This record gives sequence, structure tokens and C-alpha cells, in this order.
Amino acid sequence: MPTHKEQMKKYWKRNIRTVLILLSVWFVVSFGFGILLAEPLNAIKIGGYQLGFWFAQQGSIFTFVILIFVYVYRMNKLDEEFDVNEK
Amino acid sequence: MDILTWTYILVGLSFALYIGIAIYTRAGSTKEFYTAGGGVSPLANGMATAADWMSAASFISMAGIIAFSGYDGSVYLMGWTGGYVLLALLLAPYLRKFGKFTVPDFVGDRYYSNKARVVAVFCALFISFTYVAGQMRGVGIVFSRYLEVDIEKGVIIGMTIVFFYAVLGGMKGITYTQVAQYCVLIFAFMVPAIFISIQLTGNPVPQLGLGGTVQDGSYLLDKLDGILVDLGFHQYTAGRKSVVDIFAITLALMVGTAGLPHVIVRFFTVPRVKDARLSAGYALVFIAILYTTAPAVAAFGIYNAIDTVAGQPVDQLPDWVGNWQKTNLIVVDDVNQDGVVQYLADPEKNELTVDKDIMVLAAPEIAELPNWVVGLVAAGGMAAALSTAAGLLLVISTSVSRDLFRTFVPQMTEKTELIIARVSAAVAVVIAGYFGINPPGFVAEVVAFAFGLAAASFFPVIIMGIFSTRMNKEGAIAGMVTGLVFTLAYIIYFKFIHPEANTPENWWFGISPEGIGTVGMLINFVSCFLVSKFTPPPPEDVQEMIQDIRIPRGAGKAHDH
Repeated sequence: MPTHKEQMKKYWKRNIRTVLILLSVWFVVSFGFGILLAEPLNAIKIGGYQLGFWFAQQGSIFTFVILIFVYVYRMNKLDEEFDVNEK
Repeated sequence: MDILTWTYILVGLSFALYIGIAIYTRAGSTKEFYTAGGGVSPLANGMATAADWMSAASFISMAGIIAFSGYDGSVYLMGWTGGYVLLALLLAPYLRKFGKFTVPDFVGDRYYSNKARVVAVFCALFISFTYVAGQMRGVGIVFSRYLEVDIEKGVIIGMTIVFFYAVLGGMKGITYTQVAQYCVLIFAFMVPAIFISIQLTGNPVPQLGLGGTVQDGSYLLDKLDGILVDLGFHQYTAGRKSVVDIFAITLALMVGTAGLPHVIVRFFTVPRVKDARLSAGYALVFIAILYTTAPAVAAFGIYNAIDTVAGQPVDQLPDWVGNWQKTNLIVVDDVNQDGVVQYLADPEKNELTVDKDIMVLAAPEIAELPNWVVGLVAAGGMAAALSTAAGLLLVISTSVSRDLFRTFVPQMTEKTELIIARVSAAVAVVIAGYFGINPPGFVAEVVAFAFGLAAASFFPVIIMGIFSTRMNKEGAIAGMVTGLVFTLAYIIYFKFIHPEANTPENWWFGISPEGIGTVGMLINFVSCFLVSKFTPPPPEDVQEMIQDIRIPRGAGKAHDH
């Protein structure tokens, strides 16, 4: 049976991995689609929106909200799995 | 009823509500004064955080800035929302587990050093003061416009009200007042936006209306691009700023948001670590409602303004132009004497000047909405400014009473501490009011300061404090000082010493003073890292504490007292 310390190390690693995955999405939608790639993406249109412009003024914000709720869900699961959740 | 009567009624009613809540929830203990006794639900806390966060700048100015800068205005939209992702994923849960009251508390304990604590207090006070002065000014402007009093009187009325509920109520009073203020401000923002969206595009959802079509069947944004280019302006959907600068400003605003002490302190008020995470999510939902509507309000506003004024005969302009001309926030000057208003990019030939701050306030008048909507917008602007001012005052009073006095006079009783907290909040109100009446002439620049400084000072040391067990006090102090000094020097040089040199050719790496906090943050991280490499690691007990804050179980101490 792994010691408590090793368990906590594992928990922390999993936590970091979750955060890094979510932060890369955070980076891609805002700095990627909204800024660095905004010009080429503007060639694509959805309704009246040019796609790069849409990401910069709407899409990135919607994604941010979703990211936090995904984080909450994943972390609650993780806390339970490693039995460190609050009762 | 006319606009003035409606304004009195709606602003009066909303104030009665706020003061009533503040009195009802008066704080008893020190702990309640600071963090609402640890018992606020994540939903209520999220709403309060949203009200705390969205200031007069978000409510009144932001849509106006976007209206006149188009795509470039996206830096505020992404910057001021993306910071919450950082806050939720990297800071809020750990700081909640740590379980103290303030950011300097964390810095002082984590870096086992009162020197670090004092540096942090200095940063927190500086950031909060620059911010609160701007809010007081905002309150004054709204009061003076709608209640038809001088701006001095407007600021003084605002000061008195802020003083009452922040100083007497403490955090618990503020939390529930801010919940009420959120409801008022979001209602006031959405009602005109929905009306105008229906009028213009036939779609009741402004977020969809922005991508929708106008009467003649063409897309609103395409039409706006076309109109602006015809008048000699830049395309609405394309940027003028360089990509590097947009990148740097957005990052500085995001990181700055996550490092603002009055936002961070809100996450100490929920009962559990998992509530802190959830609460950040709710806060962003409530913020996103306004932030995704603002770009629609911006585009509708500029489209309507050009449509109803540009090219019209000077003597047949709509009523709202006359109303706002009285305040000098709209100026029509028939330069070429042809009796028609020309709105052009060329400053020599342009005959219409519109202050960007009136876009939101004037929008209901432009769209000819009923008078109660105009009064509602006034109440909303006030709610936004007051809620932020109150949250900031609390940070100032806590920093003084707890982080300074408690550190150096540890035997002080709780009662004395509470008195010191209230006195320092009162002093802060007076100082903020003074700057509201006599602004140093650079309020807008000073607010950009606050973000750059928060990004360059707090964010890196808090992140390192949680995610590195090796980071020590020498590294943290070196990081905060170098980051702060660099950012401050760059801003002061370009904004105050050589404002004429403030052009892209002179900027380092093409980054404007607004975005330099990003570079300051990197400098902070690098010096943290280097200095800590050559100095001893933190003591055992601190390393254990770091391990402890990484695990949710065991929090909930906020219930004691």
C-alpha cells in the first residue's frame, strides 16, 4: 500500500496535469484564435461574425466560463478519488 | 414622468435597499468585519465578486471604448474575464485553504518574513488607492449628471454613502449589499441592450444581434465596417494596435485581475475550498453576462449615433444630442457652414465629437426608450461604482489594521483592531474623496497602473508560493521589488516624464505602458527564481505548510469564532 506522502504527490501531479490542459485551452482560444490567428480566421464567417473577431469579443469569454466549470467538476472527482475532499 | 423624477425614484430606492442591508447585517466580530464570518454561499459570493469587480469603468466606459476602437477593445473583454480562469485554477482554492484574511497575510506567512509582508502591504495599498480614486470620480460624474448638482457635491454624497455601509457593515454588509448591487447593475445594463437589439436587428439576444442583420438585410458588422471606412476611419472588425501590444496588454490585464487584492479577498469568505473554486465560476458567469453584451452595446451605439447624426441637418438633430451637448460631452461644430453635420476621421473637417464615456449612458436616449430606462441606467452606474469602492475600502482598512498594526502590536485586542479598521476606512474615504474632487488629471492612466502593478508584484510571488516549495523569502522580496520598480519606472517615464515620446517607435519590444506589466511579471519571475537559487531554502515548517494548502481537506476554519 502506497504511503500517504506518495499518494499526495500523485494527487498533486494529477492536479497539475488538469490545470495545464485547461490552461492550454485558455491560451489557444484567447491568445491563439482571438489575437495571433485572428486575421486568417477572419476569412471564415459565421452569420455576421468574422471568426477571429468573434473569438476575441465573444467566444473566448464563453470558453473561459466553461473551463472553470470543467475544472470544478474534475477537481471534485479527483478530491474524492484521493479521499482529500471536505466532508 | 420626466427623466429627473425617474432618476430620483430609482436611485433613491436602490440606495435605501443597500443601506437597509448594511444595517441589517452589521458586523459584530473582527472576523465578520473582514470576511463575512466565512459563511457566504458560493452563488451569493460569486454575485458579490462580480459586483465588486465590475466598476464604473466596466459599466460606463468599456462599451464606449470598444465603440470607438472596434477590435482593439477586445483587450479589455478578454483581459478582464480571462483573469478569472487564472484565479480559479491557480489561486483561489489554495488561498482559501491557507485560511487567512488578506494577501499580505499570505505573503508574510508563506515567506516567513515581516519585510515581505510590509512590501506586500505597500503594493496592496498603492493598487487599491489608485483604483478607488477613479471610482469616487465615477460616482461624482453620475450624480452630477443625473441629480444636477456640482461634481464636488456628487462626490461628497457618494463618500457618505460608501462610508456608511463599508465602515459600519464590514464584509458581511458589503457581501449582501453587493449581491443587491449586482442585480441592479445587470438589470440596468441588459434592459436597454435588449430593447436596442430588437429595434436594430430584430433579435432579443444582444450577443446574437451583434452577428445579425439590419433592416436592409446586410450584416450589422459588415455595414459598420463599410460606413467607417467610407468616413475615413479604420475597419471596426480589424485592429490598429500591433499584435505584440494586443498580446501584452491582454496578458497584463488578465494577470493583473488575478493579482488584485480586493478580488482575491472575496475567496476567503466561502466555507470550503470547493466553494472557492465554484464561486470563481459563478463570478465569471455573472461577469460574462455583461461582458458579452458590452461589445453589442458598443456596435449598436456607434451605428445608431452615426446613423442619426452624421449627414443630418444641424437644426434637425434629435433631442438626445441637445441634452448631452449641455454637458459638453457631445460637441457639434459646423466648421464648413453648410448646415449639415459631417462626421469624418480627418480632424480638420470633422464636425462631431462624442465623448466615449456617454455611449452606455446615452444609449437609451438615442434609441428613444422610455424615461424610466434612463433613470435605471443611472442607478446601475451608481451601483457599479459604489460596490467597487466599498470593496476597495475594505482592503485598505484591513491592510492597515491587520497587516500593519497587528504585525507590530500583536497584543492588541480585537476591539481595538476593529476600531483601527474603521478609522482607517474613514480616512481612506476622505482621501479617495479628495482625489475624486481634485483628480490628479490622470485618473484613466492611474487605473492602468493598478493592473500593471498587480501583475508585476503579487501574481508571481503568490503563484511561486503555492507551486514551488523551494521559493524563499529572498526570492520573493527580490521579485516583488524588481517587478514593481521596473513597471513603475516604465509607466512614469512614458506617461509623466516624456509623454511626447509615448509612441510605438520608442516602446521596448513595441509594448505600450498599458501592457508593460507583462514584462514586469516576467522580470519578477526571473529574479525570484535566480535569487532563490543562491539563497537557503525555506524552513521545514513552511514547506509543510505548502504541502498542506495543496490539499482541500482540513479547511473550514472560517467557521470558528
